Amino acid sequence: MSYLDYSVERVPTGWRKILYINWALVALVSAVSCIGFLMLYSVSGGDIDRWAMPQMERFAVGMVLMIGLAFVPIWFWRSISVISYVVCVLLLIAVEAMGHVGMGAQRWLILGPIRIQPSELTKIAYVMVLAAYYDWLPVEKVSRPLWVLIPVMLILLPTALVLMQPDLGTSVMLIAGGGIVMFAAGVSLWYFGAVIAIVVGLVTAVMESRGTDWQLLHEYQFKRIDTFLDPTSDPLGAGYNIMQAQIALGSGGWSGRGFMQGTQSRLNFLPEKHTDFIFTSLAEEFGFVGAASLLALYVLILGFALSSALTNKDRFASLLTIGIAGTFFLYFAINMATVMGMLPAKGSPLPLVSYGGTSLMILLMGFGILQSAHVHRPR
Amino acid sequence: MRKSQREIAESSRSISRRVLMLGVIQASVVAVLGLKLRSMQIERADEYRMLSDGNSVKIRLLPPARGLIQDRNGVVIAGNEQNYHVTLTREDAGDVSAVVARLRHVIPMTDRQAADLLAEIRKRSAVTPVMVADRLSWPEFSSLALNAPSLPGVSPEAGLSRSYPRGGDFAHVLGYVGPVSDFDLAKIENPDPVLRLPEFQLGKVGMEVKLEDELRGKAGARRVEVNSAGREMRELSRQEGQQGATVQTTMDARLQNFALQRLGSESAAAVVIDVTNGDIVAIASAPSFDPNKFVRGISGPDYRALMSHDHRPLADKSVQGAYPPGSTFKMVTLLAGLESGIINPGTRFFCPGSLQIAGRKFHCWRKGGHGTVDAVNSLSHSCDVYYYEVAQRIGIDRIAAMARKLGIGVRHDLPMSAITEGIAPDRDWKRARYKQEWQLGDSINASIGQGYVLASPLQLAVMTARVATGRAVEPRLVRAVDGVPVPVKEFAPLDIHPLNLRTARAGMDAVMNSDSGTARRARILAPEWRMAGKTGTSQVRNITAAERARGVISNDQLPWNRRDHALFVCFAPFDSPRYAVSVVVEHGGGGSAVAAPIARDILLFALAGGLPPLSAYPDDGTRAKVQAIWDSMVLMPEPKPQNSRAKV
Repeated sequence: MSYLDYSVERVPTGWRKILYINWALVALVSAVSCIGFLMLYSVSGGDIDRWAMPQMERFAVGMVLMIGLAFVPIWFWRSISVISYVVCVLLLIAVEAMGHVGMGAQRWLILGPIRIQPSELTKIAYVMVLAAYYDWLPVEKVSRPLWVLIPVMLILLPTALVLMQPDLGTSVMLIAGGGIVMFAAGVSLWYFGAVIAIVVGLVTAVMESRGTDWQLLHEYQFKRIDTFLDPTSDPLGAGYNIMQAQIALGSGGWSGRGFMQGTQSRLNFLPEKHTDFIFTSLAEEFGFVGAASLLALYVLILGFALSSALTNKDRFASLLTIGIAGTFFLYFAINMATVMGMLPAKGSPLPLVSYGGTSLMILLMGFGILQSAHVHRPR
Repeated sequence: MRKSQREIAESSRSISRRVLMLGVIQASVVAVLGLKLRSMQIERADEYRMLSDGNSVKIRLLPPARGLIQDRNGVVIAGNEQNYHVTLTREDAGDVSAVVARLRHVIPMTDRQAADLLAEIRKRSAVTPVMVADRLSWPEFSSLALNAPSLPGVSPEAGLSRSYPRGGDFAHVLGYVGPVSDFDLAKIENPDPVLRLPEFQLGKVGMEVKLEDELRGKAGARRVEVNSAGREMRELSRQEGQQGATVQTTMDARLQNFALQRLGSESAAAVVIDVTNGDIVAIASAPSFDPNKFVRGISGPDYRALMSHDHRPLADKSVQGAYPPGSTFKMVTLLAGLESGIINPGTRFFCPGSLQIAGRKFHCWRKGGHGTVDAVNSLSHSCDVYYYEVAQRIGIDRIAAMARKLGIGVRHDLPMSAITEGIAPDRDWKRARYKQEWQLGDSINASIGQGYVLASPLQLAVMTARVATGRAVEPRLVRAVDGVPVPVKEFAPLDIHPLNLRTARAGMDAVMNSDSGTARRARILAPEWRMAGKTGTSQVRNITAAERARGVISNDQLPWNRRDHALFVCFAPFDSPRYAVSVVVEHGGGGSAVAAPIARDILLFALAGGLPPLSAYPDDGTRAKVQAIWDSMVLMPEPKPQNSRAKV
């Protein structure tokens, strides 16, 4: 659908756009980020310069970037979607090639002061290209096999490249996120049923392959599965982290031990206390009240995003919003499930809270594009 | 492409339907997360709280015993000793100051120490055990254990601590270990959890740090049940750690001990290399220090005494010290000249006692001159003018290339700290270093190992080993790791004509054994141990023309630190070389008088495998002197043959 069908003159222009930004969403995102600063301050033992300050600086940059992106007309994103997808794939190939030369040290793309992993940029670019594809495709063709195969290929190409890095976690995220866009676009439910059946079959095959000469995963990945199934089997290695995380999380109780009162110094043996395992610290210090509040904030962000998608009559903008919101959902659901011992540990940050410039920056950029869709929705 | 209103409506409907389904799926996932959170934090909170408070099971790391370091015969030169220590954990102690006050009844502590301890405890996190005192005596330790009920959070523990049974003998080679500092931790990415244990020791200097990965071992763990005061009730399971690898070095503890005693109170270094395989059999730097003091935490006065000592005991002169090699460098210049083809062994130069070059007068050490000198005589008389003539003809670049070929100006890679590269200067080097062109006078100075040339005792020993064998001998310090021998390298030939090498060796032989050799007094009489060598005396000050006219001031009349360095390099047996030795005595005076006898004694001790018979020395008063020196020494007894995988 083209915007020409609507009264474009009713879409806000210039500085007036600032009035049409979804400010509730901005407030929610800021609130979650503030929880992040608080927790980074706490886990550093009160050393603000260690993690909290750099994170706040990046947040400030990211916020400016987000508002800036919200001003960019949504049709711009659609027109560059194919190009940005191709660029991301080329970058992934380049990183792969350079990685071989630099002994695996090159996984970063340097943009002035910001270092970004192409695999992170891909998370936005491939959602854009999928949304553009379904915008272009007549609705009645959506479930025809050939027209299903094309987006599957669009998803699998970057996934395969990321898997070669090897980054299993991001690959799973890419497949699930792409699946969400296809689902929202209206692809027949039978396809999803079939994929789930195949995945179950594949998992069985992978587990069976262990120890044979056609072993499908690295031994350390099998080890992660082992320790996931039984954390006590390796109390000094990976299982140690999971056990300590669960103890810390559970011991928070109803109201927690209080700010900076967590005995997470016991998590001193936990190298990721400021990144992947930061939720345990929050749950320990602020208890169920704190942890559930964070979960509620995430759900609110998701809700606002989805309702923005529902009210947006532009198919591209709507699907793009759903894709970005879906990726955000996957981020927090996977991280929380991991630290609570429901998924194997594989290194995924808690969105907006965990320390780390790349993931924060990409998330805020994603929200910027989401805002762009919101601001420029047909009226 | 435009879309019809019907298409738009259908798209919106389809998306709305799917978003609602998606919303339901996502809501159920969130519900599952919420329920899990609720089950962990509300229903099972007590259980986790108990685990967290350490009421029940705790995992305690078992620090691994550090790997042993042995000499070539299996004598332990770095081991571990039982160490009783006591730690305090703030979380378990409750009122920390009260506990510390009670603790002071058992362990004597000054007010200052107690205040420092309290500050340290408050600084660290509540659950990190802080070291209160270590190296407790048995009575103190048992008294602590007895008083345990009134001292919550205090835990007396038995652990291992590094010890160096040979004291200062290996201080410079091995270095020492120390407690892990925040600075150490900051340098390591993802530090091993065991590094955070209060009693853990990390290599700080020397082989201890260079071979840290091999020596550290792997931590074990035990699961223990503890009561609410944090005291252990019983051990549930135990997974032993793995001791670090036993490193067998190439050094001989007895020879090392002898070498250090022979260097005595001089500020000096000696290196002994087995030329057949590159093994460093002894590498001594004097005076030494007791590394055990560093492990235990050296006291302020002791440390200041070491730092202010003008002989610099903490410096490892054997590999860190770079000295002008003086006349010991003449083999390099001679070989460079012979290899260039510009001179041959029979080429003669006339030495009138000095030489006028480029408007400056360069002196020979012997004022009256040496007359007509050929290659062999130039070494045995150590005639400087001969080398001035050679250097003028071949230029510095050939000399520098030969120096590097023989191991000077090249860093030899050994597991020791701060190994110097020395300097083998050439035109490019001076341009890069001083932004100046090379002058002819620089070549003249370099030809006799003065000026810019610098070499460490290790490099001088390597040079001697290479001249003795004609092969590119590489030194090594590690003989075996965990009983697996490190393979001996086959050294490549040096690409120097054998005839030229033979000339240089003949010159070194004449230094010792010809009637007019400069080190004749230090020769070895026993024919099976016949020794070849070269003296060196390197100036550390300029001699002005005015002083030379008055008469050069003798070393005895100069302050210690203005005197010449005494150097000596040698190898033996002459016919089939086994050991190469270098000795540098800082500000010792003359090479032949001071350094040569030391080198001879160390070389003989290595060849004889113990104190050599007096009959190996010339009967000219030397025997009496040597006997007197031996009588003043307390030598290490011969090691009993033992299992090389000795237990801690």
